[in-house]
Amino acid sequence: MTASHSETLTLDKPRSPRRPAARRSNFELYSWLFMRLSGLALVVLVLGHLFIMTILDDGVQRINFAFVAGRWASPFWQFWDLSMLWLAQLHGGNGLRTIIDDYARKDTTRFWLKILLYVSMAIILVLGTMVIFTFDPNIPVT
Amino acid sequence: MTAVMDNTAPTSAEIPAPDGSVTVTVKILRFNPEVDSEPHWESYDVPALPTDRVLNLLINIKGYVDGTLSFRRSCAHGICGSDAMQINGINRLACKVLVKDLLAKKGKPTTISVAPIKGLPVMKDLYVDMEPFFEAFRAVKPFLITYGNEPTNERIQSPADRERFDDTTKCILCACCTTSCPVFWSDGSYFGPAAIVNAHRFIFDSRDEGAEERLDILNDAEGVWRCRTTFNCTDACPRGIQVTKAIQEVKRALLFKRV
Repeated sequence: MTASHSETLTLDKPRSPRRPAARRSNFELYSWLFMRLSGLALVVLVLGHLFIMTILDDGVQRINFAFVAGRWASPFWQFWDLSMLWLAQLHGGNGLRTIIDDYARKDTTRFWLKILLYVSMAIILVLGTMVIFTFDPNIPVT
Repeated sequence: MTAVMDNTAPTSAEIPAPDGSVTVTVKILRFNPEVDSEPHWESYDVPALPTDRVLNLLINIKGYVDGTLSFRRSCAHGICGSDAMQINGINRLACKVLVKDLLAKKGKPTTISVAPIKGLPVMKDLYVDMEPFFEAFRAVKPFLITYGNEPTNERIQSPADRERFDDTTKCILCACCTTSCPVFWSDGSYFGPAAIVNAHRFIFDSRDEGAEERLDILNDAEGVWRCRTTFNCTDACPRGIQVTKAIQEVKRALLFKRV
């Protein structure tokens, strides 16, 4: 008892879990910065989008295939929608990543939730980008 | 003192009630690891003067009603930081909270709830294992780091340079801030506000040369970028340290690579 007691006293940090050495990566810094900058950009992009789609002219009543085709004929609106898609997807995805990091209790849960998140992000990004770039206003006659 | 053991449990009636005292109910989250599987609330009606501190009530309960009540306190004057606990849901030092600030409106009964600080393992009653907290504190190297030859006289610092980190020198390591942080509650490996405050104290010290290694440590996944700026830490600090501001200053130092 006395021997073991004096042994534990000689330990520098009794019971302290080992913290892994810093990874010297700026990833968390850049993702934090990205959230701020993309958030600012999205305020303009999303509010502008909502204004055009729901308030301007007849609002949502005038939206049809021709309206979308007319907008995407212009590279400006293509770029607007593309940046909105990418920024919103990465902003939301990064937010969910931090929420998963905060609240997932087990490493395996965290891993699979993140896989699910990244796969769904990739699908939506690829699909959305493909639609914007390959959109064909001519409906093929069948 | 009371070696006589009889069947009547000691009551708060034995606590001396001085003139001007009122009866308040102290509700304590009790946990005895040898008996209980879960913490449970127990209430004690005790006499209290408006000028009493919550710590006085706890000492009276321990001394007169139930000697098994466990809590930490050392100096009892807000300097040592031993008696951090959740009082009415807010992290406070029991020795700095006056009963008069907790009294209910006239005529209504007063209940003061006291629970252990959250996020650290409860050992017994209000007494928690502080080791995870101190592990994070040690990990940020809270000591002077210098390179090269020692100066022959003292390390001179201008008042302006001293002022730069004055706020964060006030920390007493009571853990009020870290255990009020929702990120720390859900992820105990987050360094937590207190460790960042103590890193700040040296990062912005003109005499210190270890800023870069500390910033590297805090740049990691469990470092400052986990802060969600909820300001719980600033509200909780019994020393009035602008904790969230200190964390933001570390973020800024990392962002602009400039201390």
